[in-house]
Amino acid sequence: MTLPQTFRTGDTPLPNIIILTHKLTRAYDMGGEVVRALQGVSVQIRKNEYVAVMGPSGSGKSTLMNLIGCLDTPTSGEYWLNGQKVSDLDDDELARIRNKEIGFVFQTFNLLPRASALHNVELPLIYAGAGARERRARAARALERVGLGDRMEHRPNELSGGQRQRVAIARALVNDPSILLADEPTGNLDSTTSGEIMAVFRDLHRQGQTIVMVTHEHDIAAHAARVVTLRDGLIASDQLQAA
Amino acid sequence: MPLFEALRLALQTIRTQKLKSGFSLLGVFIGVASLIGAWSIVNGVNRYMTEKFAQTLFGVNTFQLRRRPMFTPNVPDSVWRAWARRPRIRFSDAEALTAGFTVPVVTAWQSSENNTVTYRDKTARDIELTAASERYFEIKNLRVAIGRAFTSQENRSGAAVAVLGDAVAQRLFVDRSPLDRSVRIAGTAYRVIGVVERQGSILGFPLDRFVVVPALSPAQNLVNPPGILDAFLVKAQSEPEMRLAMDQAEGIMRSRRHLRPRQDDNFALDTSEGVQRFWAGISRILVVVLPGVVLVSLVIGGIVIMNIMLMAVAERTREIGLRKSLGARRRDVLRQFLAESAAIATVGAAFGVVAGIGLTLLIGAASPLPASLSPVSIVLGVIMGAGVGVVAGVYPASRAARLDPIAALRQE
Repeated sequence: MTLPQTFRTGDTPLPNIIILTHKLTRAYDMGGEVVRALQGVSVQIRKNEYVAVMGPSGSGKSTLMNLIGCLDTPTSGEYWLNGQKVSDLDDDELARIRNKEIGFVFQTFNLLPRASALHNVELPLIYAGAGARERRARAARALERVGLGDRMEHRPNELSGGQRQRVAIARALVNDPSILLADEPTGNLDSTTSGEIMAVFRDLHRQGQTIVMVTHEHDIAAHAARVVTLRDGLIASDQLQAA
Repeated sequence: MPLFEALRLALQTIRTQKLKSGFSLLGVFIGVASLIGAWSIVNGVNRYMTEKFAQTLFGVNTFQLRRRPMFTPNVPDSVWRAWARRPRIRFSDAEALTAGFTVPVVTAWQSSENNTVTYRDKTARDIELTAASERYFEIKNLRVAIGRAFTSQENRSGAAVAVLGDAVAQRLFVDRSPLDRSVRIAGTAYRVIGVVERQGSILGFPLDRFVVVPALSPAQNLVNPPGILDAFLVKAQSEPEMRLAMDQAEGIMRSRRHLRPRQDDNFALDTSEGVQRFWAGISRILVVVLPGVVLVSLVIGGIVIMNIMLMAVAERTREIGLRKSLGARRRDVLRQFLAESAAIATVGAAFGVVAGIGLTLLIGAASPLPASLSPVSIVLGVIMGAGVGVVAGVYPASRAARLDPIAALRQE
């Protein structure tokens, strides 16, 4: 796939580009031995794209995911998110970006076990500084969006796996993030439930949500409109596919 | 995250983990409870000393002429030996003073020694036998409940009459009236003419185990060598008059003893202030020792809380990673764990306050120690408790705040 813009250092991304990485590298110091997990990844993702990132283990897809999710900072290269260069922000600014721009969906759901579904969904709003009433209203709306309007006061252990992941999706959406970032979202689910979650993603995508999903399952990646495959820290292929 | 959220979260965590939180707040609980309890005792004894003891038992505006001060903490041996070499107070000293005062005063002689009092086959041992003059009762605020005190005539003539303390009357006569019965002190028969109202006890020492007889009665030889007094008691009508009387007493005594201007007094003029100084000396020791005990339990409490918090941080690493991924900044995480540890400690301190108040009531009701609750100790207890929580929480909370979200999320 051709890049919408040939990006050079010093440029700013085009307005409709949500994610832009430019020669992104990440090296880890593993007890004196330097592991170069990413070796110069340049990728651009437009608003309302649905992208699957694939690759075998060790290909660097988790590293790329962490960088895109602003959980980590690159060794070199640039990362622009929603028109803002985030590759050189400090810890607190990254926390703010994570809060405002990114909605995480994890393989293991990562819900607080003792909190109700509603409270779990409220969490990002607490860190955004929203008032209690506004939090409840927005969290309730997000839960309704994923079809859990009647499960708000349930705790995670009172919900099925698919329902838990939908709570997590509601939590990811509650701040209206620029991107929904899903890391193996169906990895802990059976195929029927996986299908449900993929249906939720498809609906969100249709409503205009940009989705980046890391997976190693081809049939899950098949739901995405574009598949970026990594190998040895580099992009091996970048293909559009029929939905 | 606003402080309110952090506190709400902290209380929620304590609620859901009652047992663990209960153990972790034990140290602070004990520290604060013992602080308040011990403070109450010191405070209570303090009040007792200044109000009841000084005012009632010693007597208002009263001083005593003695060979040496009555209450003296930490006196070196050399001073003791010097005191022991001093001349004793003589009857003639007392008479000279009585004649020499120009301010209106009430005076009494007093000599005391432990002895045994018997009535038929009943015996009361270790009774404080006091040979005193008739105004002794007035100065010491001893009200005679049954019968009467002896008169100055009886005193001068050395009548063999006795006024009993309540405990002695109880011991020897049980329910019968002791009036006009004959008790024996060292073989001599004394007619009981009165019983003094019950005095209770001070710091566990009973105040009713005494017998008062006239200063010149046969018992005078049991309490002191002939012509010698333990103390000469002087009660003035006001504080300035007492000072004046003290100056006069000092002058008279110095001239009677031919002391040169450079020489120190070789007698003591004790006031209730002396007693209070004595108590102040003891309470100073308590004030030094007490915070030590409280400090130890608070430090232990702090260490326990720190450990529990470190465990909590380890257990909730994933939660911390998640919160960070959702936008929690370092200071949000720091605040969350600080609030939690402060809340644990404050809840412990609150329980400690309740227990301390209970302890105070219990001590007041079930022990001879007078306990009086001090609001300062409650405020101090809560502040210290919460402070311990914050201090103990700093290290675990900063560890939590520094966690790398990626590593934290990966934690099983």
